[in-house]
Amino acid sequence: MSTAPAELDLPDIVEETERPWVTIVWNDPVNLMSYVTYVFMTYYKYPREKAEKLMQQVHHEGRAVVSSGGREAMERDVTAMHSYGLWATMAKDE
Amino acid sequence: MAVHGFRRTAADRVILLVDDVEKGILSALLEQLLEFVAPAVEDEDPLVALVGLDPEAKPSDDPAMARLFPDAFRDDPEASGEFRRFTERSLRDLKGAQARTALQTLQRSGSKVTLSLDEAGSWLGALNDLRLTLGTRLEITEDGMEELASLPDDDPRAPTFHVYDWLTFLQESLVLAVMP
Repeated sequence: MSTAPAELDLPDIVEETERPWVTIVWNDPVNLMSYVTYVFMTYYKYPREKAEKLMQQVHHEGRAVVSSGGREAMERDVTAMHSYGLWATMAKDE
Repeated sequence: MAVHGFRRTAADRVILLVDDVEKGILSALLEQLLEFVAPAVEDEDPLVALVGLDPEAKPSDDPAMARLFPDAFRDDPEASGEFRRFTERSLRDLKGAQARTALQTLQRSGSKVTLSLDEAGSWLGALNDLRLTLGTRLEITEDGMEELASLPDDDPRAPTFHVYDWLTFLQESLVLAVMP
């Protein structure tokens, strides 16, 4: 049994573990608060309480980090948020 | 009289109560949305259609278009452009398909339109796209809602705001109907 392939996979694992990217949802004056909550519950499967808390954060602070992970996962999340019509961007977590 | 709008009537069923005038307005709006998000392209590169990758995709100067298809990175036009080339085409296809589904369900006869949950999901997306488009055109801000709501009837923005306000009511009723 060889151990080499496991080492080759290491960078990906490290990237996932450090969760170096985030998806940010920005406030906008059109999207309904109930709809934003619905999107967080439907796409992310967040419980209502967490979804509402994130929605309130978007509304009052102008933005909220809604998920974090590897770059590809965040590309998927941003694409999904855009498909729901939410204003979302991704960024390196700092 | 029953309240118009969307209502959940069974685990897998949502109904939309609308009269003929409302159906006409919604159809016209959805036709415009369809033309806006997914215009028919002549002589399209078959590869673009096949793989959903559009090398020509660019950010739009039209604020409503830019709102429907936003940049994925805040301060990195290059990364945003790359992201757009890989995602915008399929996003347009999705938004177009949602508008088309909503339009088709409006063809059903009667003032009580019965929708599956999938169809209701398409309606939700299409109504949101319509509100984003009209809201951007009206330059809506959170503080400016009162001003828009009290516009005199001869203000050129008044008819658009009335439609926007009505769509807001419809979408709110639909969110309630499909909330998990």
